[in-house]
Amino acid sequence: MWGYYFQQLVASLPFFLKGLGVTVLVSLTSLTAGTILGFIIGVARSSRRKALRRLFSIYVDFMRGTPFLVQLFIVFFIFPEFGVQLEAFTAAVLSLTIYAGAYICEIVAGGIDAVPSGQREAALAFGLNRWQQLRYVILPQAMRTILPPLVGQYVLLIKDSSVVSVIGVTDVTRVGWLTVQRVPEGLMVFGLVGILYFAVCFPLIKVANKLERLITREEVKL
Amino acid sequence: MLDYFNFRVILQYLPIFLKGFLATGWISTISIAGALLIGILACICRLSGARILSGFAAAYIEAIRSTPLLAQLYFLYFGLPSLGMRLSEIQTGVLALSLNSGAYVAEIVRAGVQAVPLGQIEAGIAFGLSYPQRLRYITLPQAFGITIPPLLGQAIVLVKDSALLSLISVFELTRAGQMLTSERFMPAEGFFTIALFYLVFYYMLKQLAEWWQKQLIFREL
Repeated sequence: MWGYYFQQLVASLPFFLKGLGVTVLVSLTSLTAGTILGFIIGVARSSRRKALRRLFSIYVDFMRGTPFLVQLFIVFFIFPEFGVQLEAFTAAVLSLTIYAGAYICEIVAGGIDAVPSGQREAALAFGLNRWQQLRYVILPQAMRTILPPLVGQYVLLIKDSSVVSVIGVTDVTRVGWLTVQRVPEGLMVFGLVGILYFAVCFPLIKVANKLERLITREEVKL
Repeated sequence: MLDYFNFRVILQYLPIFLKGFLATGWISTISIAGALLIGILACICRLSGARILSGFAAAYIEAIRSTPLLAQLYFLYFGLPSLGMRLSEIQTGVLALSLNSGAYVAEIVRAGVQAVPLGQIEAGIAFGLSYPQRLRYITLPQAFGITIPPLLGQAIVLVKDSALLSLISVFELTRAGQMLTSERFMPAEGFFTIALFYLVFYYMLKQLAEWWQKQLIFREL
């Protein structure tokens, strides 16, 4: 029986690869958008306006304090009540973007805070305006602290993207779920799903670790 | 938006929400206990120096960290029966959560253990303590304090992850929210209410972590 199921699984391998493609597409789109969102909010959060900081910390707490599944349901089920019909794919990308933005903005704000205040003052003394300070002085230095946890966060978000299978996006997890209805060998089917995720996430984890080591070593040298 | 919101239905379903809240609470508590057990064990294996044990632990940690919880959950849910293991949905869910968080706990504990200065371990060796003794009397007590805040962070993640158990039809908070959608078609009321309940868990654990962090800084002074 195992042999037969294995053949079935090999026959449906193209579907799995297609599903992996959807996973990568969803992740890539929402991570790009989420990174942009996160940087904008992260920079805004480090501003001195109290009301602004407060508003963003509510956003961050809501996103970090509730399960992504619940957020996905809120986006998917509640937009139609206001007359906005979202396709599953759009809803998935939208909610994953908002979710990613909350985590990334924390990382960015942390990185900006880690830049010594003398740097900002020096930039001010040079007569740079706020944008120039950010562009030429603060962000380049903050990137060193931001990059390793950012890549680590990407891995977590790619894994979280598996949840969008629930609303009908045929990513690799959903392909596994559909396949297991025909090929009732859960270990084999989801073993394959796991291997495909592993192929994407494991290299990224290694990159994050490598970045971390690279940067700490450089700091020791200083 | 508030014209849409039907508070009476929320009130009517409140007992179900509270039941879901408690279910999420105790599922998470058991899973955290399981994750601590698995995590500390995996960490000890990882650092033991015995090649087979540490290789095995490393494989476990990397495999878990590189795959999503949902895939792991389905793996156990659809896979265990074909191995002849018949577990209930709750048991499967708790097992998946414990195994998943265990890998992260192992990494957190490892970071804590490696933060203990080498001189401490050398002093232990000089005292003639064996590896388990050093672990018991020197490394773990010192690692304990600094690992608590990240462990609480992991607990927050676990509580949120437990929402996925609703997908294998375990009754918990998210499932309670879904009931409002399926029975009354009122998704806004259901999902915003359970979001608030999840925030209760989040703030409790976050406050605890911050409090502990403050204690740590005081102790350093």
